[in-house]
Amino acid sequence: MNTATDIPARNTKIMNRFDLTSRLVAKLKNQEAVIGGIGNTNFDLWAAGHRPQNFYMLGSMGLAFPIALGVALAQPRRRVFALEGDGSLLMQMGCLSTIATLKPENLTMIVMDNGVYQITGAQPTPAATVSDIVAIAVGCGLANSAWAADEDDFERLIEQSLSAFGPTLIGVRIDDKPGVGATRRDPVQIRERFMLGLGVRQAF
Amino acid sequence: MSAADVQASPQGSPEEASPEKASSKKTSSEKTSSEKTSSEKTWHEVVLQALKRNDIRLVPYVPDRVLTTLIKSIHADPFFTTFPTAREEEAVGIVSGAWMGGLKGAVLMQTSGFATLANVLASLAMPYQIPLIMFVSERGTLGEFNYGQSLVCRTMRPVLDSLAMEHHTCTRLDEFEFIVERSIKQAITTQAPVALILSPLLTGGKVFDK
Repeated sequence: MNTATDIPARNTKIMNRFDLTSRLVAKLKNQEAVIGGIGNTNFDLWAAGHRPQNFYMLGSMGLAFPIALGVALAQPRRRVFALEGDGSLLMQMGCLSTIATLKPENLTMIVMDNGVYQITGAQPTPAATVSDIVAIAVGCGLANSAWAADEDDFERLIEQSLSAFGPTLIGVRIDDKPGVGATRRDPVQIRERFMLGLGVRQAF
Repeated sequence: MSAADVQASPQGSPEEASPEKASSKKTSSEKTSSEKTSSEKTWHEVVLQALKRNDIRLVPYVPDRVLTTLIKSIHADPFFTTFPTAREEEAVGIVSGAWMGGLKGAVLMQTSGFATLANVLASLAMPYQIPLIMFVSERGTLGEFNYGQSLVCRTMRPVLDSLAMEHHTCTRLDEFEFIVERSIKQAITTQAPVALILSPLLTGGKVFDK
């Protein structure tokens, strides 16, 4: 039987969401799309510096990867990143199989795993001490799935995903700190700016 | 029929360059589905052609018995990117992302699948003003044999009404093309979701046949 100490995730460095998000955003030079999941993942994406190609979710917990899949299918030549929390992914685990079947090469998924629902009071998720999200992703058919050992490894995995022949999932262990910023909650403006950023809309 | 043919004929009756086309002596069964008049088409031919005319290429779905033929014919047509999802809200997320990226989509589901969508409709499709197009095969009425299905069905219209979402219950083949075509165009131009409920009166529904 698995115990917490058997799980490879526990051997990875515990990092910080805002720091990792900032490292990702600093690497973006080609108008890559980034989908920020509900709560802290999009708060930190916002705090890392707004970009026109960022989309911030204000609800619909668990849909960061499906939304990113839709963008990736619509614009196969654009790299699409999705930032999702572990609790959110637990809500919509089936999407990993859908993505594994469709195999979009331009999709990089990042799971911020702190084992808690930080935003509601840091209660542990049902998976916290027993489940390995990267192993689940591999089991769903996402062969390019790995835990980032530390910040340098995270950046290396991001680089590697850019030339991967299929979707990539990167798991990162993070601390239980809240998000740094707070996204402006204007859904129509978020969506319209995102579409402008993707070249689907022209400003008038 | 290619996508270009379809887009070149926005009026709802894309014509194929066939030498026999001018002859109207074909019986209904000899005509290609796009040559048929509205009343000669099956309901699923109407849906497929309306999707093509409106350049709706992405069709994720959670299957239903009644939708079987439609799903098969969409899979058989290279115009479409179509695949099953694990949950209906996943499909809603996918078509929402795709629309923001410039690719139009529609979701196929059953009544019980719609019942899982209140959260995503209220927190994604409606507030972000996304033209989410849904075809919902209606279980739970007009001959339902599963009590749970009939109860689930009763939750659907109150949810749609509570969000003031456009919805139509499609019961007649002769008006179906009009409803589908107009509803798709309205959803896209007003950036508002629409649910087209496919009644057993239209599709025959699913009956207890053990």
